[in-house]
Amino acid sequence: MPVAAPSAEKLMDMYTRMWRIRLFEEQAEYQSSQGKVLGALHTYIGEEGVGVGVCAHLNDTDYITSTHRGHGHCIAKGADIKRMMAELFGRATGYCKGKGGSMHIADFAVGMLGANGIVAGGFGLATGAALAAQMRGSGQVAVCFFGDGAANRGPFHENINVGAVWKLPVVYVCENNQYAQWTPQKDVTLVTDISSMSPAYGIPGVQVDGMDVLAVYEAAGEAIERARRGEGPTLLECKTYRFHGHNFGDPQLYRTREEIAAWAEENDPIKRLGTYMKRAGILSDERDKAVQQQVAEAIQEAVRFAEESPYPAPDELYKDIYSYTIV
Amino acid sequence: MPKMSMRDAIREALHEEMARDETIFVLGEDVIAHGGPYAVTRGIAEKYPGRIRQTPISEAAIVGTALGAALCGMRPVAEIMYVDFITCAMDEVVNQMAKVRYMFGGQTDVPVVLRLPSGSARLIAAQHSQCLEAWFMHVPGLQVAVPSTPYDAKGLMKSALRGKDPVIFIEYKRLYTAEGEVPEGDYTIPFGQADVKRVGNDVTIVATGPMVGKALEAAEILAPEGIEVEVIDPRTLVPLDKRTIFASVEKTNRVIITDEEVKRSGASAELASVIAEECFDALDAPVKRVAAADVPMPFSPELEKLVVPKAEQLVAAVRDLLG
Repeated sequence: MPVAAPSAEKLMDMYTRMWRIRLFEEQAEYQSSQGKVLGALHTYIGEEGVGVGVCAHLNDTDYITSTHRGHGHCIAKGADIKRMMAELFGRATGYCKGKGGSMHIADFAVGMLGANGIVAGGFGLATGAALAAQMRGSGQVAVCFFGDGAANRGPFHENINVGAVWKLPVVYVCENNQYAQWTPQKDVTLVTDISSMSPAYGIPGVQVDGMDVLAVYEAAGEAIERARRGEGPTLLECKTYRFHGHNFGDPQLYRTREEIAAWAEENDPIKRLGTYMKRAGILSDERDKAVQQQVAEAIQEAVRFAEESPYPAPDELYKDIYSYTIV
Repeated sequence: MPKMSMRDAIREALHEEMARDETIFVLGEDVIAHGGPYAVTRGIAEKYPGRIRQTPISEAAIVGTALGAALCGMRPVAEIMYVDFITCAMDEVVNQMAKVRYMFGGQTDVPVVLRLPSGSARLIAAQHSQCLEAWFMHVPGLQVAVPSTPYDAKGLMKSALRGKDPVIFIEYKRLYTAEGEVPEGDYTIPFGQADVKRVGNDVTIVATGPMVGKALEAAEILAPEGIEVEVIDPRTLVPLDKRTIFASVEKTNRVIITDEEVKRSGASAELASVIAEECFDALDAPVKRVAAADVPMPFSPELEKLVVPKAEQLVAAVRDLLG
C-alpha cells in the first residue's frame, strides 16, 4: 500500500530536523576542538535523510534503538538539544546526568532507547521492544538503526530471525555508509547489498537511496505500516555516506578526498530536499534562511545551557547502578 | 508444612507471580515442550498462553529481547539452558543489561530475570557443568541470587520478579530434586539477607548452593566431637549481606568459604577478601576456602568425582582451623 506523500508541513518539519542535526553535529565538532565536548564523537553529517525520513512516521510511543552514531537518531526522534549538548559536555543536566556521553545518549520519554557503543547492540533491544508491543497488542512499532558493519555480527542474524518468525512489529533499518570505521564494506563482505539478505529470514528487503529523504520516507512508511498491521519486519537498507570521519579526528586515510567531495558536494540530502521544496513552491529563500537561522540560534542556546550547567557531584558516582543504593 | 523439590518451588513462584502480574512472561529454548528442560516451566503454556515463548537457539537474541522487553514495560524471565551458554550472550548481559540504567542516567528500570542452571550433573562435562557466579558478581549493575533450598528458591524468585533490577538467578541442577519445606501462601525473601542455616560457636562456614547441604553434613559429623559449626548461606552474592557474615566471624573467629565454583577467582575469593579486610581483628586463623578444582570438568566419573568439593573436605578444613 503506497504511503501518502508528505504534506508541506511535514516536509518543513523534516527539513528543519535535518538542519538541526547538521548544525548540532558541526557545533559538537567545534566544541570538541575546544575541549568542551569530551570523549569520542561520531557525527551523522551526510546521513540526516535516513534518521529523519524514518522517524517522520514514528510517535513518541514508538521505539528506536541506535548506534554509536546516535545524535541524528536522537534529534530525529524529537529529543531536546539542550539536554543533548549538556550530556556531551559531561554535565549533570545532560540526558544521562553526565554518565553516558555521546555514545549512550538516550531519551526514553520519546522512545529513544539509547545510542549504543557496541556495534549491533541495538538489535536485541529493538526486537524486545517490539515483543513487548506485540504482547500488549499496543500497536507500537520499534525501529532498529544499524550500519553495514553491524550486519556482520551475530545479533543481526539472531534477532532478525526472531523478529521474522514471531512477526514482531519491528523495522530493521540499515544505514549503509559503506564503511565500518576504517574498513570498506566491500573488503570484508561479499554481499554488500544488505537488503538482499532478507530472503534468508523470509521478510521483505527494500533498498533506497538514503540521500533522498523522500525515498526513505516512502519506504519507511510502508515498512512501519506493515509492522503496525502485524505483518512483521522489513529489512530496509538506505545507501548513504558520512561526510566526516568515523569519529572527530579520524585522519581518513582509508578513503580519498575526491570520493568524499563527490558525496558531500554533489549528493547532500539537505540540499536535495531544499531544492525539491523550492521547486514545489513550499520553501522560499527567505524561509530557508529563517529556518537555518532559527536552528543556529537554538544550537547556541544549547551550548550556553551546557556551558552554564554544573558537572555531576561526586556522590552521583554510585547512583543509578541499581534502583537502590548498594552497600 | 508441605515439602516440595526446588524445581517445584521455582515453578510455583513463577505461576503465582504470573497470576499476580500480567507483565511477566517466560522465554527460552524448549521451555514449552515437556514443560521445559528442567520441568520448571511446566504448565505455563496451558495456564498463560501467549506469555511463554519457545525460542530458537539464539542466546544473544534471548537475552537481548528479554532486555528490550524489560525496557518497555514487561517483566521477562529468560532461561539460558546451561549457564555455560551465557557466553553466547555476554555482550547482552555485561554491556547492555548491566549498564543501561547507569549509562542512561536512571531513565529506566531493568526488570529482567535470567535463570541459569549451573553446576555438575550427570557427567555432561566441561561445557555443561560450570559455575560462573563470579563473572556476574564482577559486573556492577547485576544482582546474583543463589538459592540452596526450595524455600529460598521460591522466596528469592518472587523477590526477583518484583524488583526493578536485573537478576542472575543461579539454579544448581543437582538441587532441582532436593526437597524442603515450603510454607503455603505468599512470601518473599529480600535480596541482601543472608540466612543462618545452622547456629554454632566454633567455626563459621559461609556456603552457597549445594555446598550448604555439605556444610550441614560436615557440621553433623563434627558435632559429636563437641565442634559446633555455624553455617551462613548468603543467598544473594550481590547484594551481599556482609553484616550477618561478619557477625558470625566475630563470634567464631574462624571461617571457611565454600562453593562449587573453581577455586581460582571464584565467589569465595571475593568473600574471603572482604572478610580478611574488614574482620581481620576478629580472626584467629587465616580465612580458608574449599572449592572445586581449577580444572575444566572432565567427563569420566573417576575424574569428575575429584573435582566437586565434598563434605569430608569441609570436615578436614575445620579440623585444620581448630588444630
